[in-house]
Formats: sequence, structure tokens, C-alpha cells
Amino acid sequence: MASKIIILLLVLFLIICAIGVSFTKNLLVSVVIFMSYSLVMSVIWIFLESPDLAITEAAVGAGVTSVLFFVTLRKIDAMKDRPEELEEQNALYQSNEELSGEEASHE
Amino acid sequence: MSKPRKDYEELKSVRFRRFIQGEREISTEVSMEEFQRQMDKEHEEDERLTYNYLNRPNVEMDPQADAKRFAEITGMKRFHKVYVFMAFVLCICIIGLLIYNVAYMPNYGSADAPTNNEVSEKYLEDGQADTGVVNMVTGMILQYRAFDTFGETHVLFIATCAVMILLFLKGKDEENAPHDPELDPEPDMILQTVARFLVPLVMIFGIYILLNGHLSPGGGFSGGAVMGAGLILYNAAFGFTKTGRFFNEKVYDILKVGSLALYAMIITYCLFTGANDIASIVPLGKVGAILSSGLILPINILVGVEVACTMYAFYALFRKGGF
Repeated sequence: MASKIIILLLVLFLIICAIGVSFTKNLLVSVVIFMSYSLVMSVIWIFLESPDLAITEAAVGAGVTSVLFFVTLRKIDAMKDRPEELEEQNALYQSNEELSGEEASHE
Repeated sequence: MSKPRKDYEELKSVRFRRFIQGEREISTEVSMEEFQRQMDKEHEEDERLTYNYLNRPNVEMDPQADAKRFAEITGMKRFHKVYVFMAFVLCICIIGLLIYNVAYMPNYGSADAPTNNEVSEKYLEDGQADTGVVNMVTGMILQYRAFDTFGETHVLFIATCAVMILLFLKGKDEENAPHDPELDPEPDMILQTVARFLVPLVMIFGIYILLNGHLSPGGGFSGGAVMGAGLILYNAAFGFTKTGRFFNEKVYDILKVGSLALYAMIITYCLFTGANDIASIVPLGKVGAILSSGLILPINILVGVEVACTMYAFYALFRKGGF
């Protein structure tokens, strides 16, 4: 009985995740939701008595696929806030270089 | 134009089909000049609308109102609500159909499900004597249906080849590629400490699944996927230069092609002995021992190497375009 309730809760979570993936505007957030979907799916596989599928789902679905999605998002610069961050960093590096250059000239 | 054809074209179904396909309804009585004039008129109308839109008074800069205006002119708005409604109805219909069909399926684990027939019975009864495995799933996919799995391994190989064709940078491209400083990241304290602790564990777990494929749940595919994930974690923490010391393009080529070729040889041997009813030279061994069940263990290792290489190659090609 207890395991049945847990499975029902997990399946409910799956449905919510599946709807959430398609309705989020931010791509990064939708990839993270997709990742949690795979993780919950691997727990459900264990409840359905197929541990080998659970291992594969955890490794491929939650691990490698999400990593590939992240890499692709970075390639197409779809990760939000990244350009601003880069600019900030560049400004910081430049000011640091200027400072060190000044110090060197003083010495 | 002959009479029957004309009759045919005036049929309601034909006209409806042409309307659906977006053809203009051309009455046969209209001469070519008149048709041209009509077209010109419509063209002028279109141009006037576009002109009006482009030279609209520059008072409202609100993008929302702008979009609304554009939608009004092009007539998009009228259809938009209909599309949303239709999509909703379609979704509800498909969900209802699926649930209706699922209701007819047998209960989970029920004894009189159509999958519980003499095929699975035969596998479960004779499997251990035939193949010498404890985990019947592995025995099935690597012995009874070895040819099937062989094809799946080829799919992985071809998938990597396709990704390589698309994303591999070599020679001039590599020099011209923008240098990403994060391919060899600055030492990240948290990530590297965690990776130093986790990567050996992940790799040992992967190898354990791989080698125990015939005894416990798992096998080549799961073990290879876990090992590939471990390699990716190592790469993410320590960068491409350090990973390249033990896993570069040369090693990748040897492992990938070599494992597939060996697998092909083993399958050929199995097919040959099976077809000619010759006893295999590899003994099945004691059931439950790690070195048992004949050729399943080597096949598992080869499949695992293939899958791990594929996983890592996908990551490396997506990230850098090489190894």
C-alpha cells in the first residue's frame, strides 16, 4: 500500500515535470526540470523491478543527456546572464591588468 | 477543354481540395487579361497595406501595440485563438484515446498477460543450461538475440560517425576556431575535490556493472554509460589537456574500432558454431562464477567499451570539436 502511494506521488511528479518542461520560458530551467524527470523515472524503474534500466536511465537520462543539453546551450549562448557576466569579467581583468601595469612601471 | 473534365473540375470536392491546397479559384469564363488585372489589383492592395504599415505615424513606440497592429493587418489574430483552441481539443482527444486504450491492457504482473507465453517460459526454464547466466536479461540480449545487439552497437558507432562529420574540427578549422578558455579551466577547488573523490567511485561502479553483467542486473550498456559519465565528469573538472594524456584521438580510434571488430569476430564464431552444430571451444563454466557463461563476458566488456567511448565522444565533440 505504502509503495503504491509513493509510486502515485512519483507519477504525479512526472506529469507535472512533463508539463513544466514545455511551459517554462527559460531553457536552462527546462533542462533542469527534464533532468529531475529522468531521476524520478529511474526511481520508478526500481519500483517496477528493472534495476538495469534504472541504472541506464540515471546515467544516460539524468547525466549525459543533460550535460549535452548544457553544452549546446552554452554553444548557442542561450544561457541567460552569460554575456553580461563575461563583460563584467573582462572589465575586471582589464582593470587588474592596468593596475599591475602601473605597479610595474612604478617599480 | 472537353466537357467531362470541366464537369470534374466543377465538382464540390475538387474545388474544396484546390481551396485546401491554396490554389486560386479560377473561373473558366474569365479571360487571361481579366485574371491578370485581378491579380494586379490584389497586388496593389497588398503593397498599399505594407506601405501603410511601414510608414505608419511614428507616435506609438509601444512594441505590444505594434505587434497588435501588424497582426490586425495580416489577419493573424483572427486565427490565433482558433489554433490555440484546436490544439487544446486535439490534446484532450489524444489523451482520452490513450487512456481508453490503456484501460484494456492487463494488470501489471498479471499471469494471463499475452507476454507470459511459451517464449519467456522457454527462456526462463532452459536459459541457465543453455547460456550459463544467472541474469536472464543479459543471457537473452547477448546470446539468444546477439545479432540484434550487434546491430544496436553498430547504431552507436554510426551515430558517433555522424556527429563527427558534423562537428569535428581538424587542421585549419581547429586553428581558426575561437579559443575557449574554459576548455582548460582554472583549478576549481570545489569541483576538483569532488571529482577526485567521485570519479574513481563512478568508474569502479561502472566496471563492476560491466563485469557482473551475467550475474546481476546491468551489463554492457549500463556499465558503459556509467563509465562514460565518469569520464565526462573528469573532463569537466580537469580540462581537455589532462584528459588527453590518457584518452586522446588515437586511443579513441583504437578502442572504438577494435572493440567493434572483435565483437564482429565473436559473433561470426558464434553464428558459425551454432549453425553447424559444433560445440563452442569456450566452456560455459560453473553457474554463478565470475568467469563463466562462455563468450558473454567478453562481449559485455566490448559493448561497454563501445558505449563509454560513444558517451565521451559526444561530449568532447559537442564541447570542443575534437578530443
